[in-house]
Amino acid sequence: MIISNCKKIVGGSGEGLTLVTAQPINFLAMVDPKTGMITDSKHELYEKSLKGAVLVFPYAVGSSVGAYAIYSLREYGTAPNAVVCSKADITTASGCAIASIPVVDLPKGAPAIKQGAVARVEADAGRIIVKV
Amino acid sequence: MELARDEEEALAGKKGKALASAYRILVAIGEATGAKKFVPIKWAHVSGVNYNTIGDAGAQFLDEFSRTAKVAVKTTVNPMGYDRNHPEGIPEKFQEKQTSIVKSYERIGVTPSFTCTPYEVFDIPDKGTAVSFAESNAAVFSNSLLGLRTNKESALSALASSVTGKAPLSDLRLDEARNPKVGIEANFRFGSELHYGLLGYFAGKVVKDSSVAFSGISRPSTIEAKALSAAIGTSGSCGMFTVGRGRGEKISFGKKEAKAVMEELSTAEDGDIITLGSPQLGLNELDFLAKLTEGKKFSKRCMIFCSRAIYGQAAKVGLTGKLERSGAEIMCDSCTCLTPYVTKDKYDSVVSNSVKGAYYLNNSNKVKVALKDIRTIAKVCTE
Repeated sequence: MIISNCKKIVGGSGEGLTLVTAQPINFLAMVDPKTGMITDSKHELYEKSLKGAVLVFPYAVGSSVGAYAIYSLREYGTAPNAVVCSKADITTASGCAIASIPVVDLPKGAPAIKQGAVARVEADAGRIIVKV
Repeated sequence: MELARDEEEALAGKKGKALASAYRILVAIGEATGAKKFVPIKWAHVSGVNYNTIGDAGAQFLDEFSRTAKVAVKTTVNPMGYDRNHPEGIPEKFQEKQTSIVKSYERIGVTPSFTCTPYEVFDIPDKGTAVSFAESNAAVFSNSLLGLRTNKESALSALASSVTGKAPLSDLRLDEARNPKVGIEANFRFGSELHYGLLGYFAGKVVKDSSVAFSGISRPSTIEAKALSAAIGTSGSCGMFTVGRGRGEKISFGKKEAKAVMEELSTAEDGDIITLGSPQLGLNELDFLAKLTEGKKFSKRCMIFCSRAIYGQAAKVGLTGKLERSGAEIMCDSCTCLTPYVTKDKYDSVVSNSVKGAYYLNNSNKVKVALKDIRTIAKVCTE
């Protein structure tokens, strides 16, 4: 499956297994940068690691310092390889811009992306290639 | 986005590394918020000062960034980890890292305000002025009560605006987003600032737009507006509220919804200590608390967080003396959120009136929280 007409937020490309959630993420309070794990027991992705993943989530919420948390993931080697948002927010965009993590926004009416699929995000081309 | 020639050059690195990073950030957030161009801003308020929030990676980033970066506009900064005059109990490594972060910001040329309530400390520009505020409570408060125009900036985007003097013209800097399309109606009578906090936390979770209209409440006092602003910023992405009827969709906030927030965040019956101040307390809050505790003593350790500027004003009018006679410790430069003063090996639980504080104490400091309004705290935690 190819999803085209994605909006480039941060350029570049990245590949990995998809990690999909419909819940927003507070990067400061919910993610351990040393492991890349989601530490909030109430979150759908609890105990899942962002490391090397293609993170598919709606947008970030909460602390403005979440941008540094995303940058920290890069420094600890636990960052996702690419990020796909339904509506990228300022925290995600700025954190990923400094961490060089490609980010795209999904176009309206995009098909659902399956959990754990192999996916490649090509931000400059505005394209996500999902292999089953 | 359309960039001016000098902006293109800065992005390409022709004006140094720091400006290239700053424009990289600004272009990304411009794309995310659908901006077509940048506008000048008058004031940046930067978060990401407390070592507990940005860690080693953040400290390292700022050290390098500050070698080639200079503020282009007035820039104030959020609280650091602890009171510079009260480092007791703060690990040496923490102090070293914190000092390095502060030095980096000083190199960039910021005003060392260490406050999350810049709107209570500094002169406010004219209504409609574009600013760039990270620190979500400050962004929400300034948009909603002061008529300033800022998006809910991140620590890095406000820093980028600080060194460029620019921000994307988008979202809450435009009229359209400032006119809420979704409303929340409170259908019970609010008794305290805590209810405003619960409403804010609920609103942040359910509202996906950038602004929301609240009805069924009276116009909040400063204390209530601070509680509301801080809580909205904690749970969501919404960056502004109005009071009155909005257009379109209306969501109900009743006792059931308030109780659900309490069940999530108020995780203890009582606490080992009290922390007040997230956001840092203003002069009127210190005055109110001093009146409530007059002739009484706190029955447990009570930490009050305020900015150094407010502390100075409070000391002049004798408020700090009054509060200290009640046994309270007043801490400057720092705040409840992710403070290294409160660790789980020292304390199991904390009493606070701050919904924002409760969220971070539970999730980041990993201590339990008993949420109570300020009047109740002054009554049940004193003798």
